Amino acid sequence: MMTMDFLNSHVLSFSIWLPILAGVMVLLLGSDNKPNFTRWLALAFGLLAFAVTLPLYTHFNYADGGFQFQELARWIPAFNVNYHLGVDGIAAPLILLTSFTTVIVVIAAWEVITKNIAQYMAAFLIMSGLMIGVFSALDGLLYYVFWEAMLIPMFLVIGIWGGENRVYATIKFFLYTLLGSLLMLVAFIYLYHQTGSFEIADYYQLPLPLTAQILIFMAFFMAFAVKIPMWPVHTWLPDAHVEAPTGGSVILAAIMLKLGGYSFLRFAMPIAPDAAHYLSGFMITLSLIAIVYIALVALVQKDMKKLIAYSSISHMGFVTLGFFLFSQLGLEGAIVQMISHGFISAAMFLCVGVLYDRMHSRQIADYGGVVNTMPIFAAFAVLFAMANSGLPATSGFVGEFMVILAAVKYNFWVGFLAATTLIFGAAYSLWMVKRVFYGDIANSHVAELKDINKRELLILSVLALMVIGFGVYPQPLTEFTHATAAQFLSHMAISKLPVAGL
Amino acid sequence: MTLPQISLLIVLLPLIAAAIVGLFGRHLPRASAHWLTIAGVGAAFVLSVIVFKATLNGYTANYNLYTWLTSGDIQFNVGFLIDNLTAMMMVVVTFVSLMVHVYTIGYMHEDPGYSRFFSYISLFTFSMLMLVMSNNFMQLFFGWEAVGLVSYLLIGFWYTRPTAIYANLKAFLVNRVGDFGFLLGIGMVLFYTGSLDYASVFQLAPSIADVQITLIPNLSWSLMTVTCILLFIGAMGKSAQVPLHVWLPDSMEGPTPISALIHAATMVTAGIFMVARMSPLFELSTTALSFVMIIGAITALFMGFLGIIQNDIKRVVAYSTLSQLGYMTVALGASAYSVAIFHLMTHAFFKALLFLAAGSVIMGMHHDQDIRNMGNLKKYMPVTWITSLIGSLALIGTPFFAGFYSKDSIIEAVALSNITGSGFAHFAVLAGVLVTAFYSFRLYFLVFHGKEKWRHDSHVHDAHHDDSHDHHHGLSPTDDPHEPGWVVKLPLILLAIPSLVIGYIAIEPMLFGDFFKGVIVVNNEAHPAMEHLAHHFHEVLHSPAGMALQGLMTLPFVLAASGVLMSWFFYMKRPDIPAAIQKKLHIVNQILENKYGFDTLYVRVFADGSRFIGEKLWKIGDIQLIDGAIVNGTARLIGRISGKVRHLQSGLIYHYAFAMIIGVFLLLTFFIKIN
Repeated sequence: MMTMDFLNSHVLSFSIWLPILAGVMVLLLGSDNKPNFTRWLALAFGLLAFAVTLPLYTHFNYADGGFQFQELARWIPAFNVNYHLGVDGIAAPLILLTSFTTVIVVIAAWEVITKNIAQYMAAFLIMSGLMIGVFSALDGLLYYVFWEAMLIPMFLVIGIWGGENRVYATIKFFLYTLLGSLLMLVAFIYLYHQTGSFEIADYYQLPLPLTAQILIFMAFFMAFAVKIPMWPVHTWLPDAHVEAPTGGSVILAAIMLKLGGYSFLRFAMPIAPDAAHYLSGFMITLSLIAIVYIALVALVQKDMKKLIAYSSISHMGFVTLGFFLFSQLGLEGAIVQMISHGFISAAMFLCVGVLYDRMHSRQIADYGGVVNTMPIFAAFAVLFAMANSGLPATSGFVGEFMVILAAVKYNFWVGFLAATTLIFGAAYSLWMVKRVFYGDIANSHVAELKDINKRELLILSVLALMVIGFGVYPQPLTEFTHATAAQFLSHMAISKLPVAGL
Repeated sequence: MTLPQISLLIVLLPLIAAAIVGLFGRHLPRASAHWLTIAGVGAAFVLSVIVFKATLNGYTANYNLYTWLTSGDIQFNVGFLIDNLTAMMMVVVTFVSLMVHVYTIGYMHEDPGYSRFFSYISLFTFSMLMLVMSNNFMQLFFGWEAVGLVSYLLIGFWYTRPTAIYANLKAFLVNRVGDFGFLLGIGMVLFYTGSLDYASVFQLAPSIADVQITLIPNLSWSLMTVTCILLFIGAMGKSAQVPLHVWLPDSMEGPTPISALIHAATMVTAGIFMVARMSPLFELSTTALSFVMIIGAITALFMGFLGIIQNDIKRVVAYSTLSQLGYMTVALGASAYSVAIFHLMTHAFFKALLFLAAGSVIMGMHHDQDIRNMGNLKKYMPVTWITSLIGSLALIGTPFFAGFYSKDSIIEAVALSNITGSGFAHFAVLAGVLVTAFYSFRLYFLVFHGKEKWRHDSHVHDAHHDDSHDHHHGLSPTDDPHEPGWVVKLPLILLAIPSLVIGYIAIEPMLFGDFFKGVIVVNNEAHPAMEHLAHHFHEVLHSPAGMALQGLMTLPFVLAASGVLMSWFFYMKRPDIPAAIQKKLHIVNQILENKYGFDTLYVRVFADGSRFIGEKLWKIGDIQLIDGAIVNGTARLIGRISGKVRHLQSGLIYHYAFAMIIGVFLLLTFFIKIN
């Protein structure tokens, strides 16, 4: 009984620290000499880590728009830093997505990773815990520590298990991120000086003049825009994806990009609401550039992973667009888009992984007619490509539909430009499908391909169920966000400018 | 069972059959693919008839099945609106689908993708039913895109053929252009009415009829005009209206049964259905109706011309479909929504019949589709011959045949319409009658009469072949064509019956009775054509028979008859004349061969253009500017500095990094413990 109570009151701590400790255990116990033991151990821990996050779904109070599952402990009293955790209707589904995706990544690595298995598995388990930390931290400094710490395993994953050009990609990734993070730290220090606290809730109440708000917003913007990524600070992503191993790409696309989106809602916008309104035109413009410009760039990619990477950027454009329309429909659409993109991009990168494991090429030109030798796999690939192009009854439709409808209401031409994704999204997704999967068998390598095995079938089926399930019935997703989104919007509607002393 | 339960079953049975056959088809016996799906769609047909009878007795229903999504105060539902229009569409869709299922047993019996094909067409039936039964715009859009998906999968059914996988991508993308407008239209509806449910939208519509909006500074438009035109752009994609028609002829790359089901009888008419369903909105904008009418008229006439020069049997029928869709669209423009739906129904029967008959001919000809290699098939394929003749007579509007009643009503309605563009539209639909009769009977004569041309060695081989290309094709000169078995002949006969009689039976209740009362709204003051038409029917013609007799003395009949005579003269009596004309009118022929240049234009401008811009944005924007100048420039600078500092460090980076993480954890726990 006691243990149950303890578990229930520390759901978030367990969600964070269990995978991290599990990672350390895998690192200690596992080795390349006993590969299967290492894999099963990692899978068991991954499933356990997923299980401990489930109360966030089962015990979540939909009516409450504030923070739930809160935990508070003093951490560094000298600077008033707290170990403060809590989730709202935006963070909770993202945490579930994180622990879910980690299991997928562990299974996806099964026979693929044969060297440094323990380190690979450990890196993903630890990364999962750290990312959940980012999603649940309610203390600025705690958040910052998790934010920086989670990058290390990702650097390692790309740096060790990555492709030929991994050093360039890692450095680029590092540089971009560093720049943004440092500015964010400056913003935190400024806010600390103003409030004497690192509590995010205190920042929400802090009145700030417009100039200060704009500076704070821009500092956060640099950190988060890189992560999402928004145009024009996006060029690290295609390189990182191309060099990352499949699991790295999956986590990068499914979770890491969402950290940027989530953080806009957690920091930049509610701390500086007037600046957010003031700069909304700017943010919407950047989002539209991402949607249109990046989609055109995706169209001409010759590398499948680059294509999907650019497609991710374009889809994340809907997330930032939805945020800055300041309507419930747009905001919830953006959140749905984040979750949905988690499943779809994970599935797309896993599909490329399936092909890469067999052919050791990501070049579209090296393929053709894969459906002849891998019909089951091709069915999945077509499904996910359709989801990627926003077909109704897949989750890819829901978020885009909501954001486009909200955008039409905001301004017809914003909706017009956003809706071009219907054409371009389908063009780059299905043109790739055509060149890779359809047609006659292109070469002897394709002729020798074996269809997916049971393990691959399992993970693709699970993702397919998610994609179709949330497409047919997305209500469970928005039930999470209703109260939080409403509260967020009412907070955003109140100006924080100091009342002019007339 | 209650009617809502029956309605739900109608939708679910084809879906379940499609899922079972699609997921487990390869593990099941081959015949189970058709038995399962035929059972599903057959039951759906029977149940649809039950629902239809109920609606004839006054049953209507509008209810939600489940809430798909809520956001703020907006609710998106999945639900059904069952009224006469829906019920009629359900019967037509399930009936044609059932015929096509049966026919497919014969047509696809050698194909390795047998179960996949049945799964797809059952899935299509489900999607189409969801589309017509929807009670809101969201679900309409779902059905709209879902039928597009199945169309994509089926056009590319033979996925090793380059032409097929080009055609299916093209079809999907062109449809997406239409859907782009459609979605924006839905956005406008939601914005100004706050709902996507038909009932609430239609109820609110009159109150916002006078709203003016400014999309471009200093230019004020009527909200209803903008919304209706946006919605209609969706219909232009799905129902293949100029200039979004380019995908339909290429869709003939798919197997013939789906050309009949999807690309003639049902899916392509979704746009017509949608506009008729939206009549309460379209009635509020005469400008939008003019736009609809002019687009329809252009399609009806100019696509008909292209049918004249086609030599692939399926392409002739495809262009005829385009032209007939144009007729329906013209009717919509004339506010004769019920006439458009009426023509949709008669067309579904006779065009499905013509396509399936063409498929039968293709089978008989061993997958040769070039009509120049055929001739005298009446001797070898009597059922196909007779049913084709019935279908062709119905298509050209011969009095008493189904097509006569619907087409003649369209022509009359346009004549009575007084909105901008009705003059041109009237000319186009009249001229179209001549053209339709000419190309239809050109096909008929070349295929079923005259010399047995495959017996000559010189037969041409440039037309497309409706089969996987490792398959044998073409008859050898010594072979006789054979008519396929009963699974093919039975659907032909069952479709020939309504092609003959349905117009006679249905015209009075559908056009001039109460059938669509409360479903289709017409503003008789502003758009009186339909009222006049009904008046004319009741006062002058009195009955369907009277209308047919009168029809024998009108201009359309003269035009149709001359078209048939001309084709007989040109292709039976003096086959040297067409060739001479082709030479003389070289330029005209060239324009028609190039299909007015739409394809070339689209490929050059849109496809190549997008790729060109994408390439430039990538190479110049991303690589040269962002990466080259900014990112790598910074990197080089840091690289130079750090090169000097690097000597201080040694060892492996990941060791450091793991140590760092562990250090962070220790620090964290340390501080927590202390407090």
